[in-house]
Amino acid sequence: MKPAAFIRHVPRTLDEALKILAQVAPHDGRVLAGGQSLVPIMAFRLAKPAHLVDINEIEGLDKIVSDGKTLSIGACVRHGAFHKSVVDNPLGKLLSFVARHIAHYPIRMRGTYCGSLAHADPASEWCLTAATLDAVMVAKSMRGERLIPASEYFEGIMATALTEDELLTQARLPLLAGDTKFGFNEFNRRAGDFALASSLVTYRLQGGKIIEARVGVGGAEPSPRRILEAEAALNGQTPGEVVFRTAAVAAASAIDALEDHQTSAAYRRDLVRAVVRRALEKSST
Amino acid sequence: MTAHTKGSGLKWVGRAIRRLEDPALVTGRGHFTADLLATHWVRFVRSAVAAGKITGIGAPKDAMVVTAADLKGVKKITPLLHKFNYRPVGQPILADSVVRFVGEPIAAVVGLSEEAAEDIADLVDVAIDETAPLTDAREALRPRAPQIHSEAPGNVILEGRHKTPDFDAAWKRAAKIVKLDARSHRQNATPMEARAGHAAYDVSTGRITLTCTTQMPHLMRTAIADVLGMPESDLRVIAPDVGGGFGQKMSLCAEYVVLVWLARKLKSSVAWTEDRRENLIASFHSRDQYITLEGAFDKNAKLIALRADIVANIGAYSCFPTTAGMEPLMAMAEMPGPYDVQQYECLARGVLTNTCTMAAYRGVSRPVITFTLERLMDKAASAFALDPIDIRRRNLIGKFPYTSAMGLVYDEASYKETLEMAVKAIGLPAFRIRQKAARAKGRHLGIGFATFSERTGYGSPAFAARGMDITPGWETVIVTVDPSGFVEARIGSSPHGQGLRTTLAQIIADEIGVTPDVIKVVHGDTDTSPYGWGTFASRSLVISGGASLIAAQKLRIKLIKIASHMLEAAVGDIVLENGMAKVAGTDRSISIAKMAREAYTQTHRFKGEIEPGLTETGTYDPPGTFSNACHVAIVEVDVETGRVTVEKFLVAEDAGKIINPMIAAGQVHGGIAQGIGNALLEEIIYDESGGILTANLADYMPPTAHEIPEIELHHTETPSTNSITKAKGLGEGGCIGAPAAIVNAINDALSPFGVQIDEIPATPQRIRAALRQAEKTA
Repeated sequence: MKPAAFIRHVPRTLDEALKILAQVAPHDGRVLAGGQSLVPIMAFRLAKPAHLVDINEIEGLDKIVSDGKTLSIGACVRHGAFHKSVVDNPLGKLLSFVARHIAHYPIRMRGTYCGSLAHADPASEWCLTAATLDAVMVAKSMRGERLIPASEYFEGIMATALTEDELLTQARLPLLAGDTKFGFNEFNRRAGDFALASSLVTYRLQGGKIIEARVGVGGAEPSPRRILEAEAALNGQTPGEVVFRTAAVAAASAIDALEDHQTSAAYRRDLVRAVVRRALEKSST
Repeated sequence: MTAHTKGSGLKWVGRAIRRLEDPALVTGRGHFTADLLATHWVRFVRSAVAAGKITGIGAPKDAMVVTAADLKGVKKITPLLHKFNYRPVGQPILADSVVRFVGEPIAAVVGLSEEAAEDIADLVDVAIDETAPLTDAREALRPRAPQIHSEAPGNVILEGRHKTPDFDAAWKRAAKIVKLDARSHRQNATPMEARAGHAAYDVSTGRITLTCTTQMPHLMRTAIADVLGMPESDLRVIAPDVGGGFGQKMSLCAEYVVLVWLARKLKSSVAWTEDRRENLIASFHSRDQYITLEGAFDKNAKLIALRADIVANIGAYSCFPTTAGMEPLMAMAEMPGPYDVQQYECLARGVLTNTCTMAAYRGVSRPVITFTLERLMDKAASAFALDPIDIRRRNLIGKFPYTSAMGLVYDEASYKETLEMAVKAIGLPAFRIRQKAARAKGRHLGIGFATFSERTGYGSPAFAARGMDITPGWETVIVTVDPSGFVEARIGSSPHGQGLRTTLAQIIADEIGVTPDVIKVVHGDTDTSPYGWGTFASRSLVISGGASLIAAQKLRIKLIKIASHMLEAAVGDIVLENGMAKVAGTDRSISIAKMAREAYTQTHRFKGEIEPGLTETGTYDPPGTFSNACHVAIVEVDVETGRVTVEKFLVAEDAGKIINPMIAAGQVHGGIAQGIGNALLEEIIYDESGGILTANLADYMPPTAHEIPEIELHHTETPSTNSITKAKGLGEGGCIGAPAAIVNAINDALSPFGVQIDEIPATPQRIRAALRQAEKTA
């Protein structure tokens, strides 16, 4: 279990990184940030990149910046950075709650938010946050900068809109209204495992009724996404067990469930129903 | 040394002293095989195909790639069993024209580093004409199924049959017949350290030293020398610190044979470290069984006859030395478990398939048969409207010695007593109240019981009954007091986590009146330890412990003789304690160190009455003894997701005299952790093409600390008359009882839904599927 030979490039500036990436991308070059997904895949020789562009030495990529509207998460911000709330906004609490569900502590000390987004595992908790909250991804290359909305970013299992020469330099999440309620729930076989299904929900209340509901589901389809049918079942309703159950059932029937040898579509739907309902219940406590 | 081993007037046996082996291990100073450097590194090219004919092997130019064609004169691994219609099949060291499972080694590639070897291996091109694989034992039994080995028609490698003379009459008398179809899926023992080997050639002597992660270094030497046709004295096998074995490291693996062959050929050192993927696909598997079990009960719910049909998927080859009979024959012999049932009919078959070879895993068949039998007892309890405790009370063995329907003789044990201890300790009435209250709130708690016997510490007569060509059993221990007064015990067992360096020292310390910390237990090197069978089958504390006691008793007699000589006192007046020999009732004494020096350097003073030196040997070959326990699991089943959480686990255990309670508790805890994996999580899954879908530890799921609940342990001691230390083995009990207790608890929790789970692991997918089915029919 030793990776195939590769050349590691260690640029000190973003420009240098983009230059190298442009050169090596056509020759099987990959970006290395936290390495928590890429390195195991290389150890199994499922990936044999000839070049790694290690971005860990570039100054400034580990910054989290809030401008009052948007939280910008740099390419080298580790999962562990979110253990404590990073911004005085419900988003800070939300990210902190979700972060604790990502794998195990040592992995959270190395893996990065943007790395998760670039890897785009269907079960990734961060991908679920990006999809549910409509994050905007900042992709840079020698050709320039592109802003990619979440709805156009995720393209399937470990597939994104990023091109080979692009570096995901930032993910931008909108700050949430101060009275936003949120809930998150996931199901995995063991603590720290990839989720078989997960759900993140946010909404506000106006006159006791739900408005601006967002229901995201991860791990159940090739990419995480908002389930509009479930959101529709919530908006305008008074939060409560029956409404939550109705939304959960709507989500379960809306998904095009991933199947594998152990997990049937029916079971995946069972789980979606459970995690959506539980995320909603969590939101109201 | 450590203060915790000091003390006077107390016996060392029975005390929870800390493990003498731990300081090195917990500070990173252990020696493991993969720490060794080598000149050459090996990577095995393994079959990506489950069944087929090799039509060509293309290797890069100038690369050293060894295939079956190079291994001329090397014998196949062909273990033998002289009973049960056993069909000997041979396993070529490297696949020779035919591949029989995904992961089978086809070629060994040699490089100057692990990376280089893996690079070359990637370039080796193996062409295989694929044929349809068989991965399921029932499929392999179908008429006209493809033949895995021509020597074994119908893919049946062995067939055990047993029927007691009055079986049919008892069956007819039954008030109720209770039937169960149980399924245990396939597992991997998953030691933390996977396999590793290092073979080094000595230019001066031409000898090879093979360092490897084995549980039985002596038998590895015998087996490898046999296969390669070399003098055994030219091979030294060392088992250094071994990071867990659990049975997976007691079989001969072809890879080690290749390493020794290469070291001789290259006259150099070669090393191989298995990666986790290889371990999961190509090391040994276990527990893949179908059992149909029927119990005939009289009107008082007394089990009067038992009928079992056991189908064990033994994989592509037969493991050496225990053979493919290991699982099916143990299932057949021990199926009646702790229950008094004198009529028994059994058909046990070992079935060849295109899967990784079956070998031992902690508990061997007993986690499966205990799960099956304990499910049957719970089903029978429902059929008679009894509670699970009541039906066990009516059926557990209570009189000893007890001879089973298979002719096994059970020594004194406490099946009924441990059940009562467990019932009392768990607080059953209070649990039932809590369960009812929780159900009213939509939470589903369940309690499950498992009572079982654990056959341990058996010697050569017990193994001989299986008809194995290799009949293990006895152990030898050589205890020496050296001229400095320190003690060395050389043992044939090969501990790898069991704490024998401590427990054997406790046994010896009490006999010769020293503290355990002056005793070094030496093991795991065929050059320095006496021939022995290694460590497996919950045997070492009983058998090496007994041999240690015999050797230490002899040494005690000699020390007393020397003391009597040096102190000029009668032999009967000498007392050995605290490193001294004393004359009782006087202040005259002499240190053991001084006596030891005399025994080597002043032997002329003994005037020929005492032999020089201070070394004694003990060999022990016991009949075997049965430990027993009652396990209780309390679980919560999340009926929405199928998740099972083990809330509490309680054990009432009887392993005879406990030498070190802390080490005993550790064995039980570790076993239960593996049992939880067995019950809920761990499963090797083959797809239709014979590929393995669970080739990493994200997909193959041993439990983590998060999944292990609080474990409450109660002990009672029924000293064994079949063990001279009075100790029984307990290495496997934890994983034998846990799956049964947990699955019974799941079924108890799900009783309102009318579903039955008789399959392990009881995954959330399976539980939800059963609940969905029940929702549909409701």
